[in-house]
Amino acid sequence: MRLSEPLVNTIVLAGLLAVPLYALVVDEPFTITLATRAAILALAAVGLNILLGIGGLVSFGHAVFFGIGGYAMGILAFHAQTYTTLDLAVFTTEGTKSMPVIWLVAMGLSAAIAFLIGLLSLRTSGVYFIMITLAFGQMFFYFAISWAQYGGEDGLSIYVRNGFPGLNTLVPIQFFGICFTILCITLFLKARLQASSFGLALNAARQTPARVETVGLNPTRLKLLAFVISGAITGLAGALFADLNRFVSPTMFSWQLSGELIVLIIIGGVGRLMGPVIGACIFVALEHFLGGLTEFWHVYLGIILLCIVLFGRGGVIGLLTGKVGAHV
Amino acid sequence: MSEPILATHNLTKRFGALVATDDVSIDLRRGEIHAIIGPNGAGKSTLIKQICGGLRPDAGRVAFNGRDVSHQGTAERARAGLGRTFQISELAMEDSVLENAVLGAIGAEAGAWRFWRPALKTRALIDRAEAALDRVGLADQRHMRCADLSHGQRRQLEVAVALTLAPKAFVMDEPMAGLGADGSKTMTGFLESLRDEAPILLVEHDMDAVFALADRISVLVYGKIIATGTVDQIRASKEVRDAYLGDAA
Repeated sequence: MRLSEPLVNTIVLAGLLAVPLYALVVDEPFTITLATRAAILALAAVGLNILLGIGGLVSFGHAVFFGIGGYAMGILAFHAQTYTTLDLAVFTTEGTKSMPVIWLVAMGLSAAIAFLIGLLSLRTSGVYFIMITLAFGQMFFYFAISWAQYGGEDGLSIYVRNGFPGLNTLVPIQFFGICFTILCITLFLKARLQASSFGLALNAARQTPARVETVGLNPTRLKLLAFVISGAITGLAGALFADLNRFVSPTMFSWQLSGELIVLIIIGGVGRLMGPVIGACIFVALEHFLGGLTEFWHVYLGIILLCIVLFGRGGVIGLLTGKVGAHV
Repeated sequence: MSEPILATHNLTKRFGALVATDDVSIDLRRGEIHAIIGPNGAGKSTLIKQICGGLRPDAGRVAFNGRDVSHQGTAERARAGLGRTFQISELAMEDSVLENAVLGAIGAEAGAWRFWRPALKTRALIDRAEAALDRVGLADQRHMRCADLSHGQRRQLEVAVALTLAPKAFVMDEPMAGLGADGSKTMTGFLESLRDEAPILLVEHDMDAVFALADRISVLVYGKIIATGTVDQIRASKEVRDAYLGDAA
């Protein structure tokens, strides 16, 4: 099978849109929730794919940003729903139930933390980079567990989903619309970024950092910015994910989640625009259908992953388009 | 005599007991090709790295374009106008020839912090990149993937990427490495034509090329410059014959 990549991309997005619309017609709200979950995981992985796919940096701690986004939502909404004040030393706030505000906070915080983590971890490379990002992930995980004020190990429940002006976010299809729109906008921006001068230089920094230096560019700074952008997007996804479940817990910081994000990308196609989207759809579908049959469904996920790594470099997109890489 | 564009002053680098660079003072004048020759392990690559910024010398300094650049990194020296090519090609193998040249153009215009406009649709970058590809004769291959290029074409692309920077001086680490006789001859002719654009500090093993191109030659043996002179002086030097050239001269 040889399909052009734009065609595959269109089919994937159309499919992700069609499933919940069909579910709406036949009145199966849970399917809409599954599609929303896929869209959000896809968004998180699109963020990671900027770092991993273009920059070649395997961050095994991207759950940090997912969790930060989640807790940004959780904490702001918690204070709003309990009418308590959040005291941040320089100013106080009553919290908020407004999605746009929560998104901005989630992205800003994730970007700032990504800058700090990137600053330290980019001093290393290869397996050390993987380990140091994992270590940061574990730090945040255990911090969240011990953060009794916000539920500790039990997490935080938010009773009413946060609001978006003009929409009723409690209606599943409307919330799906929000997530799907954000995913599409992010994909568009990611495509622009990848083709831009920055994207070209970052892509070269993955392949030949020495060359990038000798044309007068700083590969570490390129990668640091990629880390920040990547973290901000995954943070936004975290805020949406928390809103989907109306629940935040330390598992959003877990290393399993970091690993799953990497797995999504590998299944779909590393560095490919729609790789994370295909990966997320397959992941959620397996989780749902196989998860209904056996609680050991990860075994099958593992087998699929194994097959793709062994026989299908370039992931599902690589198989469909017959091209191993974006350029090949 | 004008001031040299590039000079090292008493450069010294030790790795443990090994003195890889031993009090090396060489210079590169405007309009010249200065070749550095020497047996394997003489410390040529170590010297290049110190000149280009990848390795910090233990003592001595590097002056470029009238300024002490000893404490600058590779990227800073490149921005100041030092164009480098590598012994083993450092190219983005997955990318097209044009993209590799555009990378140079992005560096030349300090334009990596642009996030919206597609690089391959930016006229200024494309013009600069294509001009460089034209110069080395790779214009027709510009849409080929770098990994599909022949070895010789990769050597040409190395030079093209350096050319996009419009450098004030070139430092070339064995541009003839791995080229056949024909390829070597083509590259020699091309480097000759570059001389007017910017002087070249040329590390090379291909003696035919060196003798054809070089205005001056320095001979590096065990990290030390044992002789510097014109082609004829070097050919005539008994010390150089013993240490390196043997019968080649």
